[in-house]
Amino acid sequence: MSTALESNIRIQQENFVVTDEIEAIKKVSRNIGGITTFLGTGRELSKGESISKLNFEHYPKMAEKKLDEIRVQAIKDYGIIEMIIIHRIGEIDIGENIVLIVAAGEHRKETFKACEWAIAELKRTTPIWKRETTSTGEVWVQDTP
Amino acid sequence: MITVKYFANLRSIAGKEEDQFEMGSETTLKNLSHEISKTAPKICEMILGKKIMVSVNLDVASLEAIIKDGDEVALLPPFSGGS
Repeated sequence: MSTALESNIRIQQENFVVTDEIEAIKKVSRNIGGITTFLGTGRELSKGESISKLNFEHYPKMAEKKLDEIRVQAIKDYGIIEMIIIHRIGEIDIGENIVLIVAAGEHRKETFKACEWAIAELKRTTPIWKRETTSTGEVWVQDTP
Repeated sequence: MITVKYFANLRSIAGKEEDQFEMGSETTLKNLSHEISKTAPKICEMILGKKIMVSVNLDVASLEAIIKDGDEVALLPPFSGGS
């Protein structure tokens, strides 16, 4: 398992531990007074169909570049102190962790906003694709809310 | 030589992960699309119809973008990261 804050941007197969990431970001500054996290997990139902497993693939280098741009922009635009973004790839079972965003700032308000913006931006700009396996076969998802 | 990478469902349509095209010292994405249409017409339609995004050397590019020898072009279907 990767060490927390080995890098603020990580795309990895292995799972992550949310509390490790929170503890790591707290060490960045003694001025951190609020931390917001978004944790995305594998959902069983999609459009009424039962999913048995998920599989994520990414475009190496471009995906990391986009995540780093999101982190830098979030810090600049929302005035937060630090952000961690982790996205898993490969096969993921229902209920497992998929994506984590941790936004740390002086106050809660900017961290809520930065976190919400970052996950929306990740979905919009980052070359990562999800394949769902259901009883009827496998399908690449192309429209996620 | 220009390298073209196919991702997600495009890989199944193209039947391969990547391709290489000899297009001289430079060309446009539009010209490259016509070259792709010789083996994967459906993908060419998707590019010209803007159903998919295209990146050149990791940056999203327009159809008019100039592509040079040695560049890496990636064909990117709609993203679905997150959860």
